[in-house]
Amino acid sequence: MEYKLSKIGVALTSLCLCAGAMAQSGEIRVLVANHPYGELLKLSIPQFEKSTGIKVNVESLQESQLTQKLTTEFATKSSTVDVFMTRPLQEGKMFSKNGWYAPLTGYDFSDYPKNIMNAASFGGKPYIVPLVTEWQVLYYRKDLLQQAGLKVPTNFDELEAAAQKLNSESVAGIASRGKGAAAVTQASSYIFNYGGQYLDKGAAVFNSKPAIDAIRYYGKLLGNYGPKGVTSMSWENIMPLFQAGKVAMWTDASVFYGQVVDQSKTQIPVANFAIANFPAGPKTNSPFIVSSWGISVASQSKKKDLAMKFLNWASSKEMAVKGMMGNITMARSSVWEDQVVRSKMNPGLIETRAFAAKNGTPVDRPYMSAVGEARDLIGELPSSRSTPRARPPSSIR
Amino acid sequence: MVFPILYTLYLSFTNWNLTSGMEPSFVGLNSYLRVFYEPRFLHAIGRTFSFTASAVAIEVVLGVAIALILNRAFVGRSFAKLLLLLPLVATPVAVGIVFNLFYDPTIGLLNFALDALGLPQGRWISSENTVIASLVLVDVWQWTPMITLIVLAGLAGLSEEPVEAARVDGASEWQILRYVTIPMVMPVVLTAMILRLIDALKTFDIIFAMTGGGPGYASETLNIMGFKYSFEYFRMGQSSVILVALFVVVLLCSLGIMKLRASSEN
Repeated sequence: MEYKLSKIGVALTSLCLCAGAMAQSGEIRVLVANHPYGELLKLSIPQFEKSTGIKVNVESLQESQLTQKLTTEFATKSSTVDVFMTRPLQEGKMFSKNGWYAPLTGYDFSDYPKNIMNAASFGGKPYIVPLVTEWQVLYYRKDLLQQAGLKVPTNFDELEAAAQKLNSESVAGIASRGKGAAAVTQASSYIFNYGGQYLDKGAAVFNSKPAIDAIRYYGKLLGNYGPKGVTSMSWENIMPLFQAGKVAMWTDASVFYGQVVDQSKTQIPVANFAIANFPAGPKTNSPFIVSSWGISVASQSKKKDLAMKFLNWASSKEMAVKGMMGNITMARSSVWEDQVVRSKMNPGLIETRAFAAKNGTPVDRPYMSAVGEARDLIGELPSSRSTPRARPPSSIR
Repeated sequence: MVFPILYTLYLSFTNWNLTSGMEPSFVGLNSYLRVFYEPRFLHAIGRTFSFTASAVAIEVVLGVAIALILNRAFVGRSFAKLLLLLPLVATPVAVGIVFNLFYDPTIGLLNFALDALGLPQGRWISSENTVIASLVLVDVWQWTPMITLIVLAGLAGLSEEPVEAARVDGASEWQILRYVTIPMVMPVVLTAMILRLIDALKTFDIIFAMTGGGPGYASETLNIMGFKYSFEYFRMGQSSVILVALFVVVLLCSLGIMKLRASSEN
């Protein structure tokens, strides 16, 4: 009898344990970007699954395909996405207008800089947790500058003079993105430093004199001292050239530093690669510093509790520290103060961030709903022949 | 088959724009007018035609010439036919990526070879002036074999009697080719041309993988423009207009060549 009772007890206990596990378990669908932090999340997801019992179906996409997939799924109301990585400045306004982000009113945002939260909130409510911060820097080859007897350029005049001196048949003096829409974010700091902007109070102002002068300077710099075919180059084309020793200086986002110094991808000794503040322009020195990627819960998710659990874990301080250790520049303020992290990180990243955080501009593109189209239109400028734009009659405007 | 066409047609009369956050509404011809007033659209039509015309013309001439050569008996003919198949079975996106490396102005094989020969180097797909020609070359490399194979099949099915009769009458090889073989195989050539023309007008993968329509808009054809309006600008109404226009262009061109084929048969 006792034996029977104990058996029943064991069975009941097992049943209770199973029920407990069932309450915890479930499946969610997560879309991440092909980005260093997306990769880190993918690698760490098994630990999350183990500790929570939640099964995560993760899909990884290149950034523009990610936007396309999310937009198509949300617009057709057929989406089963629960959590997704998102670019606040690229699709933030469009997604929030369409009501595709779930509000994150219960989340503790006290660890995030205020200017970054501006792009992650709409109508005063937060909808995106910022993950990664990027700012514009100058990557350069220490050895080539030393050989040429040059110091690190601190302004545009010095930058042009250095590019001219370093430029040769085998090595381009300077590189930066020249390919259409991709060039828009990287040309932005040049425009800001000339005293220009893309947008002002919702109106396009990149036809102002400072902006035109900046775009001309950018074009002249790349046209005269850039790699051949720079008008069809984005970061993925420039980085291999830089790593192959074909480029002396490169202005781009800080996020690439970890990949630049990956010894398995370059013949150049890592000690010869260095990172410096973006040079000052005639007017100011205010390079972009933005939250390039964030994470959100889909408003149409039917598993918001599980989705929030995942979001809390993916944006936790613990994960942010992991990211920082891999030279991924995270958005949480506290991880930048962490002494262990600071001792492991490249000092160039810490210094340039501190400078950009103090002096930078919190946008790197025309911040609007139709960013893709605006970027294409502006990105056409580096190519020599631009398409004349006719205005449709007022009746159909 | 009919539903997607009709749905695209319906969307072309709406102003559906995902960036506005509003539901689609019927606007009559407004989307058509907006697209037709856009210079980019007219340029894209021009590029679609120039890309298609040059690619198909070169492919037909080359394809027929290679087919005529392969129609004769010579050592290694089977191997040559096998080689012809290789570009056809390659994935266009992979072809685009490989040709991107080939055309790269800094580390590309083409500039390296030109430099070795002491010839001037080019910027190929990075220059507005040479991008269409560079893309045409890739299309020709990949699709000429298709024309060759179809024409070769046509040549194999031709009766030998007219050729022999011409020989008996003392016609030269050139005269036989010009007045007997080519007119007889012409319906097959035109069939191959229709198939290739429809495909070339709709070319997307090679262009998208290699240039994405750039530099600037220099290689933006109707199909690339339609894709950008749909999946980058999210202007679904206007992208449907572009795709309806492409559909009409393909239809008219196909009907024109079919008429030509019918008259050549008569």
